[in-house]
Amino acid sequence: MIYVAFFAGAIGAVGGAVAVIAMRNPFYSVLALVIHLVSLAGLFLLLYAQFIAAAQIVVYAGAVMVLYVFVAAYVGGQEEPLWEPIPGQRLLAPLLAAALLVELAIAIIGTGLSALDSDGPTLPGGFGTPDQIGNLLLERFLIVFESASMLLLVAAVGAVTLAARSRSRADDDRTEEPA
Amino acid sequence: MTVTWYIVLSAVLFAIGAGGVLIRRSPLVILLCLELMLNAGNLALVAFSRAHGNAEGQVFALIVMVVAACEVVVGLGLIVAMFRRRLPLNVDELRGLKG
Repeated sequence: MIYVAFFAGAIGAVGGAVAVIAMRNPFYSVLALVIHLVSLAGLFLLLYAQFIAAAQIVVYAGAVMVLYVFVAAYVGGQEEPLWEPIPGQRLLAPLLAAALLVELAIAIIGTGLSALDSDGPTLPGGFGTPDQIGNLLLERFLIVFESASMLLLVAAVGAVTLAARSRSRADDDRTEEPA
Repeated sequence: MTVTWYIVLSAVLFAIGAGGVLIRRSPLVILLCLELMLNAGNLALVAFSRAHGNAEGQVFALIVMVVAACEVVVGLGLIVAMFRRRLPLNVDELRGLKG
């Protein structure tokens, strides 16, 4: 049963990931990423990470993807031109990705970590629940938690500054002239 | 279901994301591929957390999600700014900083 669930999640995750880079319209890429994220949330559930799975669906597949869809709609579904600026890019890029995969696989298979070949220890009840994660975040990792909130604030301010229309019209006119 | 399966899956997802960054030229899709790579890292973190029976890896994964959200917000802000200034949305044509 757990094998069926794992392979269903794995096929969804890999299929979604391939679809993200195979679709020529960015809008479809975003939708494929939603499939990928939902499958990944299922895999997190199999790993007893209930809170991470819920956060993945609510924050990622919900909020962040809506942001992507808005930007894809604002920018317009521009399809990529077919010309290749770097000769052989279409051939070399998959080769390099495959080389990376082989390298990672060798590292994983060659590792001496004995914990990897087991199903993992029997977990205590309440593992990965919001209760436990919240306790860890607010006690052991309080500084990390607070710096994450600072980081989010800085990112939000930075995004508004970047994307906001400039105040003076003159600035806009200058930048819109061809360089 | 040993933990190795999850780690291998995360390696596959990471390689797909890296290949996407190399092959695509639209900044929006490159951001999506970065998401793929960050999520592959998250899967590995959660799998290791399961392997050791220690929930600290899950906290790490949560923080990675926060950082990914920041990266998305800044990246999308850059794309919107590029679109407003009528710059081409193609990473190969944006070579103003090329040495």
